Amino acid sequence: MPQIFVPTFQLIARRAFLARSGKAAFSAAALALLAGNEALAAEAEKKGGATGTSDVTILNTALGAEQEAIAAYQVGAESGLLQKPVLDLAVTFQGQHKAHAELLASTVKKLGGKPVEAKKTADYHFPTDKLKSQADVLRFAAGLERGAVSAYLGALPLFKSRDLAKAAGSILGDEAMHWAVLRQALGEAPVPEAFVS
Amino acid sequence: MRMNALRAAALVVLAATVPLAVSALPPGDPARGEKIYGRCMACHSIDRDRTGPRHAGLFGRRAGSVPGFPYSAAMKKAGEGGLVWNEQTLDKFLQNPTKFVPGTRMGYAGVKDDQERADLIAYLKEATRQ
Repeated sequence: MPQIFVPTFQLIARRAFLARSGKAAFSAAALALLAGNEALAAEAEKKGGATGTSDVTILNTALGAEQEAIAAYQVGAESGLLQKPVLDLAVTFQGQHKAHAELLASTVKKLGGKPVEAKKTADYHFPTDKLKSQADVLRFAAGLERGAVSAYLGALPLFKSRDLAKAAGSILGDEAMHWAVLRQALGEAPVPEAFVS
Repeated sequence: MRMNALRAAALVVLAATVPLAVSALPPGDPARGEKIYGRCMACHSIDRDRTGPRHAGLFGRRAGSVPGFPYSAAMKKAGEGGLVWNEQTLDKFLQNPTKFVPGTRMGYAGVKDDQERADLIAYLKEATRQ
């Protein structure tokens, strides 16, 4: 199996690295998703709802998780455990999490909220003592991505603004791809089930 | 009179049993629950505070009481009002967090499947022992 999966994974990593220059354009497209809908989103925010958990609160919770993912990839990249092309892939994924965080923070501001601030890396208390190999780092990152997919999925029904739900769905799709590629890198079935939960 | 007394007794019995019947979960499997816990891992960990508080020591803990964790006002208030995490309260919270604690920062629709919730709680009961 490794003989089959490694070349495939290297190909994926190389393509992802080459595509990194397109990140800004993708980010701009994501921002455009909300452009023109701010008034509707702000209106939905004012209305509140039975749950008492506002869209700003949900977005800020997602922002906190994105900031942690950015820091986690930084720790992975600086660990010396990742070799190319896996290192390039990690940096690419980190860049996409940064784009998500920028979008979330700007949306929180547009809705009149205050974006949560990233913690210092040391304050995340990452389990660095358990990261001894490239596979350990990949497994750790895969766990974060898997959790992120579920978190966005669980948040989607709660958004009062359908535009925000659509934007969150866009991020969910990206992070599901991260998870699949990381699973592939670990030699696991990249897409193990027909549904995510 | 006698009918009224009987009716009142029946209501008392109903009031006592219906909530139990509603919240009763099937037996949980911790191994299956560990996989379901993967859904929580964007924000939670057993042993460290993240976007959400650590889960170590969860059972028997008052809601909103992990020292130093920046809880929502709603979660702190729930704890001050007597909410303590156990199988029954976790069942209700995990089923629909924002309904059980309106204003919680846990913007998550919930684990709707009874068996999945039972499995998750069974895992948490084992994994969070201190």
